[in-house]
Parts: sequence; structure tokens; C-alpha cells
Amino acid sequence: MIDREQVLHVARLSRLRLTEEEVDTLTGELSSVLDHVDKLAEVDIEGVEPTSHVVPLENVLRDDVPVPSLDRDVALSQAPDPHDGAFRVPSPQAEA
Amino acid sequence: MSDIELLAASGAETAAMISSGEISAEEVLEFWLGRVSGDQLNGYLWKADNEAALAGVNVDGGALTGVPLAIKDIFCTEGVPTTAASKILAGYRPPFTATSVRNTAAAGMPMLGKTNMDEFAMGSSNENSAFGPSLNPWDTGRVPGGSSGGSAAVVAGGLAPWALGTDTGGSIRQPAGFCGIVGLKPTYGSISRYGMIAFASSLDQCGPLTRNVTDAALLLDVLQGRDPCDSTSVGIEGGVSAPSADRLDGLRFGVPRALIGEGIEAGVLARFEDTLIRIADLGGEIVDIELPHAGHAISAYYVLAPAEASTNLSRYDGVRYGLRSSDEDLLSMYEVTRDDGFGPEVKRRIMLGTYALSSGYYDAYYGRAQRVRTRIVEDFNTAFSEVDFVVTPTSPTVAFKLGEKTADPWTMYLSDVFTVPISLAGIPAISIPAGLAEPDGGGPELPVGFQIAAPAFAEQGLLEAAYALETAIRFDGSAGLAGGAA
Amino acid sequence: MSTEYEAVIGLEIHVQLSTRTKMFCGCELSFGDDPNVHTCPVCLALPGVLPVPNRTAFEYALKIGAALDCELATVSTFDRKNYFYPDNPKAYQITQAARPFAVNGKLGDVRIHHAHLEEDAAKTIHTGGSGRIKGSDASLVDFNRGGTPLVEIVTEPDLHSGAQVREWGQLLRATIKQLGVSDVNMEEGSLRCDANVSIRPVGSTELGVKTEMKNMNSFRFIERGIDAEVARQKALLEAGEPVVQETLHFDPATGELHSLRSKEEAHDYRYLPEPDLVPVVPTQEMFDEARNSLPELPADRARRYEDLGVSEQAALLLSFETEWAGYFEEVLDAGDSLEPRVVANWVTGELSAELRRQEDRPLADSNVPPASLAALIGLVARKKISHGAGKTVLEEMVSTGADPETVVADKGLEQISDSGELEKIVLQVIEENPKPAEQVRAGNEKAIGALVGGVMKATQGRADGGEVNRLLRQHLGL
Ligand SMILES: [Mg+2]
Ligand SMILES: [Zn+2]
Repeated sequence: MIDREQVLHVARLSRLRLTEEEVDTLTGELSSVLDHVDKLAEVDIEGVEPTSHVVPLENVLRDDVPVPSLDRDVALSQAPDPHDGAFRVPSPQAEA
Repeated sequence: MSDIELLAASGAETAAMISSGEISAEEVLEFWLGRVSGDQLNGYLWKADNEAALAGVNVDGGALTGVPLAIKDIFCTEGVPTTAASKILAGYRPPFTATSVRNTAAAGMPMLGKTNMDEFAMGSSNENSAFGPSLNPWDTGRVPGGSSGGSAAVVAGGLAPWALGTDTGGSIRQPAGFCGIVGLKPTYGSISRYGMIAFASSLDQCGPLTRNVTDAALLLDVLQGRDPCDSTSVGIEGGVSAPSADRLDGLRFGVPRALIGEGIEAGVLARFEDTLIRIADLGGEIVDIELPHAGHAISAYYVLAPAEASTNLSRYDGVRYGLRSSDEDLLSMYEVTRDDGFGPEVKRRIMLGTYALSSGYYDAYYGRAQRVRTRIVEDFNTAFSEVDFVVTPTSPTVAFKLGEKTADPWTMYLSDVFTVPISLAGIPAISIPAGLAEPDGGGPELPVGFQIAAPAFAEQGLLEAAYALETAIRFDGSAGLAGGAA
Repeated sequence: MSTEYEAVIGLEIHVQLSTRTKMFCGCELSFGDDPNVHTCPVCLALPGVLPVPNRTAFEYALKIGAALDCELATVSTFDRKNYFYPDNPKAYQITQAARPFAVNGKLGDVRIHHAHLEEDAAKTIHTGGSGRIKGSDASLVDFNRGGTPLVEIVTEPDLHSGAQVREWGQLLRATIKQLGVSDVNMEEGSLRCDANVSIRPVGSTELGVKTEMKNMNSFRFIERGIDAEVARQKALLEAGEPVVQETLHFDPATGELHSLRSKEEAHDYRYLPEPDLVPVVPTQEMFDEARNSLPELPADRARRYEDLGVSEQAALLLSFETEWAGYFEEVLDAGDSLEPRVVANWVTGELSAELRRQEDRPLADSNVPPASLAALIGLVARKKISHGAGKTVLEEMVSTGADPETVVADKGLEQISDSGELEKIVLQVIEENPKPAEQVRAGNEKAIGALVGGVMKATQGRADGGEVNRLLRQHLGL
């Protein structure tokens, strides 16, 4: 179960400005998915280590040798608002 | 050399025609670009012209030179639109090319185009594409599966000899099954993920969608390898070669009976049982096995994958590339852009993943799911101490109708019930066509996939077994081939 | 009776490592270049990219861990720390939360909770209004700095005053500088310090509500900022008002503390293990290299100098500045049985002051090679010249690089060793200054100073102070 308030909180954390309709739909859908997922509580995980990786690797490190960077024009070529060689964004001061 | 022959030829057969001089690489490319231009399946989101198809391609790349390839739009291609089927990346042109695509280009393979998919690879039907669904060439009223639905549709529908896809929870195998072709998800770490737009990093893996098992082997060999740009890449020691087995003597095939029950269509089950009989005919032994925790795989997956996705997709923020929907203030730039740019399924998973990682819920969801994943890994380890392979149907149903499962997310998620446990274990699995079956609701027969899984890095053995079985099954995909182009 | 409070301070120090390339990509590190000329798909967080950690950064980190006397982790892993901000292109920072590379250390009397490796944020520059953003200001993001390797050092709350933080901070900076793994330049931001400050009644073991002071760019400012914050918290508690948990900025120009306005709801970083990276399991070789390559660290060096008889203050000054310590030792080696205490005083006192006076010259550009200073100190020690004359000679040496013997000869500064000659001058000074002479005779010993000065002036500083004193007293009947 997840309620409307939680949905709004999670949306804020996710930086999603949901419409009222989306909030309603998601409250229902997420609750129903979580009802299924909650069955994980049936699994005995006592003393079990978490798996975040299945690759049998360790110490994959890179030598400290420079490689060419992108041309600045290329780096900025996809930017919505390039300005003076930089990526321009609305100021956080303007955050209401 | 007739067009019909060329259309029906596998990648390996096309390569052989080119090297014997029967046809030139230029003619092959021209033929396929012509097919692509007639795409009736919404299979391609971007179509190459001759020049773009050959950009960066090694004209002296070895045995497969000149056999063109379709590429899922999740792979970054320098200067070529790459969207992951998301509105948030509409118009985006990356300044670099994914390692796997570089490898196919180095092997001499031109790029036909970028194929449709579920947005950010989230989905099992291709209906989550921001650019409309790709269609199943066997029945254009039905889905091709997902998320690599475009890649499966174009290979099955005669719009490409073969294609690259990615598989996180079944996204190569399930559409391959739905479209009657071969789909291989290699061991996690076999193929570099560099330049593959991330969905769930600990699960995502590139793989081939092909007309037959030999092609899957040849393409895998081109793709696999350790990449210094991907810390989690290992490669497959010694590579893989074209399979040649015709018998399965001495091999043990485990069937997790408990998993194959509820929700499975009668026709699918029938083809699965037929295939078990064929295995026995070829000398293989069928053994019942237990995967006690595999029934929880979907639940664990729908915590872990969304959690990783929620952080992987945070970079789409309107700062450096892609959509920016608002300039009002910083928070609006983020929130409006992301609400606007992402489709419903992507938002659903971002929300689910953020929730599972958020303060107070981590242990109950993410931490627990990681431990259930450990249990599932152990289940497979135990199984593989007794058997060489684990086999299941690829999906519980044949290709369903467009819109049939969009109402309830969980129903859609269950489409991956057989593929997801294998993804969590990181092991390789292949889906091969096992024949045709009528859907439960009736209607024309559609392809059924048969899934074979093997221990990590046992790709060669997996391909040998699949090859022997494929040879025995003699699936005819020509009905699909006819369905792709006008 | 009012309650006595004590301050409880813990520090989080970010140290930029001076590797050639960034933490997870091959872009070169730079300072002061044009914006966005050191970026690549990885540090711009383009779709599809993956991080690969810098080996040298990890090795540097291990050195820091070893120097801070930490337990070095046999397995260390990376995590994602999620937050949205334009300087954080992936919207997560790759850091170490669950298993950092070093834990449980100590430097001086402050315990180190742990140290972890992470990547630096990019730089945002606030600009004026832009056409596209209605009426409001904009920021420009420069990713050159984004992805610079950082070691974050987190202390236990073992510090109790601004002054202690300054001193300990200087020791930490000197220690890391000695390792050669960072420029530790606070003004350029290669060393940044945040402080968590709370107060509690003396004797209490509970921790009070803490405030966080961000990114102060000198240890002097940190000292002042912490003192101001401690005073503010005391005033609050004494007035019966609560301390509120918040982030503060100290303005060194006004001495005021400002709350950093945060519209953000409480942070929820949603840490998770970084699936794109595998664990680092340092080899025995890596551990050995980190531990065995440690140079003599400042704290040890200060102790060694004090054992040689150097004053505590001079010993600390020398130890915190590798360059000065090296110079000091060279002077000591070049000289002929000079007293370490005297040499240390010349180096940290007279030489340092003279360099500062003459165009603030750094030691590296000084005209005075260690052997020359050793010769000068020798001349004074052997009473060839007076201490005062020594300073005159040093002034010349710093400005022209001249040899001390030459300066002494040219200026005729050699001490008057003929006591007959000195006696004549002494008698003459007494005669010319009857007033102070009379005062001394009357028992006002302090008045002798004027007469000493007179003799020194007459001899142009060439007389030995002790001898002048002795002769004056003799002739004034003391
Ligand atoms: Mg930090
Ligand atoms: Zn970079």
C-alpha cells in the first residue's frame, strides 16, 4: 500500500511534477504492484548476503593517463541552453 | 541470386554468398536498405541511407563483412539519433558510439537503422515506445514483445538479416519467442555495456536476435570481449564458434515444474512438452528440478530493476542534452521536463524504484530483494550441480493483442516470469522457436519460444544444445518474413 | 549560577587529489582553464556511459589512510548518493558509504571516523539575468572540475574550539601536503572544510543539536566562524531558545553567520551500491606501498625537532611547511656544529621576516642558499659579528645574494674584539650622557639601556652586547 501523500513525496524526490490524474492513477497502480512485491516477506533471508553483483571481478582500475577530452562545441552541441561556453540553467535562487 | 533467396538467407549464409562472389556487399546493402524503406511494422525509428549505413564500417572486417545489421535504439551511435524510444531524448545525437556497435562495424557490418523498443527498455510489448508500438510480423494486430520488439520484428519480418537487442529481464528472449526467431542473452559481463543506455545496470546485457542459432553464435563472437570502458565486462574466454552438435547424448535438462503452472497457455505448454520429447529423442535426459525461490523472482526484479532505473534515469534533467520543457526556475526545469519527457511506464518504475530506496523503506524492499536475489542465484547453482541446462517456455503465452495487457502493470510483468529468474542469476539463456500454437482465445497459430539456460559463461555448450534442437525442430519462419514490408 | 558550556566539533574535510586525470574518466584535471574544455561523455553523464576508477587516485587515498593511522579496508566498494543539482550531472555522486577505504584512524589528538573516495561536483557560476529566464537569474555550469577525485575525511567530534580546529586543520593540511597527493590549497578549493558544531553543558556526554558550517576557505576564517557560531549557540541556550539544525555560512568580511536557505525537504540520498563498479580489494603490494612510502609526517618531525632542542613553536612552524623544514635541515647540515635551536630561530625568525619584508618573497626564490645562512649563523655564534650586525648582513644577503663574509668585510661589521678600544668608547659615552649615567649610579638599573644604545650606535653595532654591559657596569660602579 502506498497513499497519495507518499506518492507526492516520492514524486518530489524523483523530480516528477505529476498531474492530479497521474497521482491518482499511480497511487492505485503502485499499491497493487507493492501488494505483489510484499510477498517477498515470505522468503527466509536470515543470514543471507545481498547480491548487487554477479560478475566475478574485482580491482578493475584504470591507469592515470589522460585521454583527449571532447571539443567544447561538441560537448555543448546537445545542450538546451548553451551560453558562453557553459551549460546555462535557471538559477537555484529562483527556486520558488 | 533472387531477392527471395537473399531475404530468406541467414547472416552466415549471406556472408557466404558475398565471399563466394555470388553477390557483392554493395548489392546486399542496397537490397536490405530497400526492405527497410518499406517497413510496415514501425520497426525502425531511424533508417540509414547508404552513406550512414557504412559510416565507420571496416570494409575488410573478416568473414561477416557486408552483412548488415539492425540496432536497437538503446545503443549510442555517433551523430545518429539515439532516443531509447523516449520523448526526453528526441533528436539527441550522441558524440560517441557504443562498444558493441563499434565491434560490429569493425567486423564489417553496415548499420541498417535504429529499431523501435519500449521506452528505456521498460516493457514486454513495445507499447511503451514514445513513437508508437512496433508490430508483430506474424499478425500486425499483435505485439512483437519487448523491450527489443523492434529488433525482433525486423528480423522476423524480413527487414534485417539480424539485429542487436538488450535484455534486462527477458527483453531479447521474449520478443524473439513472440516473433519466431532466436534470441540470446549472454552471461552478464560477456559483452560491454559501454554506450548502451542504462535501464538496470546490474542486469542489462546486450545480445543478438537472429534467424538461427548459428547466427547467434557468430554475432556473439563479434560482440563479446573485455572492454576497458566497462568495469563489469569480462568477455567469454576463448570466444564462441559456430555450433555443430547433432545429438544431446549425456546432457541433462532440468525442468522447474513448479514454475511452469498457472497462467500458461495450453498451446505453449503443448509445444514445450513436444520439445522435451525431442530432447529425449536426441539422447538428452529430462530431469525435474526445484528452483524454490524462482517464484519470487518477478517481485524481486520489480524492486531491483526500478531502483537501479530510478537512479540511472535521474540524468535526464534538461541540463546537458535532451528535452527541457521549462525554464521557469530550477525546480520546474527538473520536474516539468521529466514529467513531460517520460512515458507512463517509465514514470511508474522511477516512482517504484525511488520508493524502494527511500529512507525507511530500503531494508524492506531493496535490501530484501537483493537477498532474495542471492537465494535465486543459489537455486541455480544447486540446479547446475545436477543438470547441464534449465529449460522452460520462454513466455507463458504467445504474442498477445495490442492493448490486451496495458490496463494492469502486474499482468504485463508476468509475461517475463520465465526469463526474469535467469536475469537475476546473470546466467546465459537462449530462446529458440519451438513451433506454432493457437492463443488461448483462439485465432491463427503463432510462434512459441523455448528457453534454455546454462551456467555462467557456458555459452558454447548452450549454443551446441540449441543448435541440435533447432535442427530437429525445423521451424519455418517464412510466414513472418512475408509480413514485414509492403 | 550560569551553566558552563563546551563546544563539540566534528570536521568533514574534502581533499582534491592531484592525479593527472579525473576519478572515473580520462579527462585531465585543470584549474583556471576556460569552462568545459575538460569534459567527455563520462563526466558529462551522457546516456550509456560507465565509470572506470583511477588506480592512482586509489593509491593516493590509501596513503592518506595510512598517514591518518587508519585501518585500511581489505574490500572497499562504491555507492551512489542521489540528489538533483546542476553540478551533479548523473544526479548521483559516486562515493563510498557502506565500505570506505579507511576507518578508525587518528591524527594528533583527533580520531578519524573514516575516510572515503568520491568524485567532485562541477562548478556553477551565478550570472545576471538572461533573456530566456523571465526576470530571474541564471547559473552557468562548468564541468571541468566535475569528477575530480576527492578524499573525504570525517573526524569524530573530538574538537572543542575554533583555535583547536585551526591548529589541527593546519596539521592535517601539512600531513597531506607531505604525502604529495594534493595541493591542499584552500583558496583554490583543493582543501575544503565543513564543521559540525554543537555545544553542551560541561560534564554532559550527550550531544546537542548541531549546525553545519560549509566550505570555509581558510583555517583563520574557520576559527572565527566556529567561535562566532559557538557564541551564537550559547546565547540561544542562555536565552532559553533552541538551536535549530541548519546549514550556515560565515561571512569573514562582516563576521556574520547566515543560514543557507534551503527549500529542499530533508535530504534523502537513497544510497545504493554502485552497480557499474566492482569492489576494490587492494593487493598486499598496494597496502605495502601505501604504508612504506610514507615520508616523515609533520607530527613526528615536530617531535624530533623538539628532541633536538628546538623550541616548540619553531618546531611546529618548520614541521607544517615541508619546504622550510628541508631548508632548516640543510642549514644544519652545512654549518659546523651549529645549535639546532639557534638555527631554527634564524630560519623561522630572522630569515622568514626578512623575506616577508622584501617583497614577500617565497623561500624557493630566496637568494640565500642554506650554506650561506649557516656561515652567517656561524659568524654570530663565534662572536665574529654581533647579532645585530648579523641581521644587517642578512638583509643584504636576501636582497643581493651576497656572501656573508664579504658583506661583513665590505661594511666593516666585524665585532670590536680589542677591549681597550671598546673601553675608550664606553668611557666616552658615559661622559657624553651624564644624565642616564647619574641615574644608573643612583641605582636605576633600567637607565643603562640608553647607554648601551649609545655604545652600539657609536660602534655601528659592531660591539658585543655582553661585553658592553660588563664595561658599563664596571665603570658606573655597579
Ligand atoms: Mg562528500
Ligand atoms: Zn571526462
